[in-house]
Amino acid sequence: MSFSWANQYQPQNPFMQWVDSRLPLPRLVYNAVGAGYPVPRNINYMYNFGVLAGVALMVQIITGIVLAMHFSAHIDTAFDSVEHIMRDVNSGWMLRYMHMNGASFFFIVVYFHIFRGLYYGSYKAPREVVWMLGVVIFLLMMATAFMGYVLPWGQMSFWGAQVITSLFSAIPLVGEAIRTWLVGGFAPDNATLTRFFSLHYVLPFVILGVVILKIWALHIPGSTNPTGVDVQGPQDTLPFHPYFTAKDFFTLCLYLLIFAAIVFFAPNFLGHPDNYIPANNLSTPALIVPEWYFWPFYAILRAFTVDFLFVPAKLWGVIAMFASILLLFFLPWLDSSRVKSTAYRPMYRIWFWVLVVDVIILAWVGGAPAAEPYVRISQLASAYYFAHFLILLPLLSMIEKPLPMPNSIAESVLAKVQKKGGNTAGLTAPVAPGAVAAPAE
Amino acid sequence: MVRLFGLGAGLVFVIALLWGAVQPREAVVPDPVKAIHLHPEQVKFSHDGAMGVFGTFDRAQLQRGYQVYKEVCSACHGLERVAFRNLQDIGFSAEEVRALARAKEVPSIDPRTGEPSTRPALPADRIPGPFINEVQARAANNNALPPDLSLIVKARHDGQNYVYSLLTGYDRPVPAGHDVPPGLNFNPYFHSVNIAMARPLQDDQITYADGTKATTDQMARDVTTFLRWAAEPELEKRRQIGVASVIFLTILSFLAFLTYRKVWANIPH
Ligand code: HEC
Repeated sequence: MSFSWANQYQPQNPFMQWVDSRLPLPRLVYNAVGAGYPVPRNINYMYNFGVLAGVALMVQIITGIVLAMHFSAHIDTAFDSVEHIMRDVNSGWMLRYMHMNGASFFFIVVYFHIFRGLYYGSYKAPREVVWMLGVVIFLLMMATAFMGYVLPWGQMSFWGAQVITSLFSAIPLVGEAIRTWLVGGFAPDNATLTRFFSLHYVLPFVILGVVILKIWALHIPGSTNPTGVDVQGPQDTLPFHPYFTAKDFFTLCLYLLIFAAIVFFAPNFLGHPDNYIPANNLSTPALIVPEWYFWPFYAILRAFTVDFLFVPAKLWGVIAMFASILLLFFLPWLDSSRVKSTAYRPMYRIWFWVLVVDVIILAWVGGAPAAEPYVRISQLASAYYFAHFLILLPLLSMIEKPLPMPNSIAESVLAKVQKKGGNTAGLTAPVAPGAVAAPAE
Repeated sequence: MVRLFGLGAGLVFVIALLWGAVQPREAVVPDPVKAIHLHPEQVKFSHDGAMGVFGTFDRAQLQRGYQVYKEVCSACHGLERVAFRNLQDIGFSAEEVRALARAKEVPSIDPRTGEPSTRPALPADRIPGPFINEVQARAANNNALPPDLSLIVKARHDGQNYVYSLLTGYDRPVPAGHDVPPGLNFNPYFHSVNIAMARPLQDDQITYADGTKATTDQMARDVTTFLRWAAEPELEKRRQIGVASVIFLTILSFLAFLTYRKVWANIPH
């Protein structure tokens, strides 16, 4: 795994030596997130979101396990049990608000992480599998979050479940049967709630498993970096610990700071008031909207308003919504440009930012009612989304002329540091085993 | 291969979407209610101090609010997620809470005959609602359902301002051309602007024990504050822990930043 110059685990403590020769778990940790994992020295703050996503997942799992101890998965008692958690369980409100907002924060960091991957070409060879595992995690997260939102059995829970599960009925011939099978009846009911609870409990652990696979796959080539040039030698890297543990700890504190501000001062800011009304299958809310993190995809779903090529509009919407995520699996082959970092891709750089704005627009119209001008905006924005990935990106790779790139990470850092007149120790190959490469334990 | 297939799929999606975008739209029928409906008035509450996120409840105001609930709203609305014992949090003594509970009857079973009966409530009981079920509630209210008020502030957009605005939004001139169906009352803050609840608060309708003048505005403020507490009984504690966590994490972030700078000192990157 990883590079030949990586620090080797050499326990000094006799107890650790004893453990290491019997169960090399400390060695595994050392090589995965310790001084044994060399990381490109020039990665910027955008590379911190992966660790934050891992923390967000752990926060969800831990708060979720405790919430499940007090939650009652039955349509007659689910809403009451959530209020019991909010009012009677010691610090229950804190757990629940952390879990509720933790989901949103998980998506926020994952969206940053995905766009960072898009910008620095993290999906390109040899990291295709890392990227695809990431898309799998994203899909699992969406399923988990959707089912979690149903559990309190409020109005939005119920009607959200109703709308999303009815998507499956758009499938020709078998759609209605599939939907009935998924929901466990003709409409969301107790059978739906109990199966969603079961799956909502288990999927996070599946996510955790895929995260481990993803880190495993990542550690073969290591991270990309802002230059997009591959790591060539020890002068290009720094050990994960203490350099990146220190950096990640700093951003983790900032993340928790923002998280705490929302949890304690505006815990319902990201939620919908209707979910504080118990579910009622006789009263449809004025506007049924999913959680904010689904809005871009919800916009694509609703953007198809006319039947086309004998396929009904509703089915188009469903196909397009799934396609909008599944196409990410093919990204490594859709974009054939060898240049990883967008910093050296003058044309793609522009379109990348257009995509960012486009997705923000999609999110905005996805949360809005299905009326003009939102529908037309959603149609244009969805069209750009597909054109970006399926038409523009392959074309750009053919016609774009990349800017001159540095020969190595060390060279680019050297140029940057010399401009500022700073220290250049450790940048010239081969590095002496000194301050830079010393195992820091 | 992937690119060719992608190009095909991309073109199909784009054409389908653009085809939809160029379709003529049906003329929008203007909704007359939308023109009359008002967003809640923005009110300053004493417990929402700086930036609306700090501050604590005024205990006297909470108790006045409970009095309004008990003497007015409880004729139609339940508060069934709040237990009598919770009222100790708003400044009632254990003895007062026991007395408040005792004054209400809750369903029970006669210990001798096993027949359904009632007993005086205990502090551990939830505050019982006025009706035994939805049918009875609707029958008594012209077929409208007065919702339980325990969560009303969280269950409406801008809930605190909304409840206050709703309670003070009666007896406004009805706009020309707008018909209020019989049995309903005009209130521009309600989503349909015609609400089944008659104006519940009138000046000097109740007598406050602390001598505060019971204007409609005052009662609306007090009961809204009480309902805010009922919806978020953890509010004060939450803000308190929030301030502590934010201070702690700010200092920790600063120290973490210094550590980061120290570790990276003289490391070109
Ligand atoms: C005479 C019975 C009655 C009394 C007294 C009463 N209400 Fe209501 N209230 C109703 C009814 C009926 C509705 C349902 C209105 C509708 O759906 O049109 C309602 C609805 C409401 C709503 C919900 C409006 C919405 O957005 O759905 C609130 C809030 C409310 N009442 C607050 C109060 C408060 C606070 C008091 C005490 C000051 C009070 N009510 C006193 C009968 C009453």
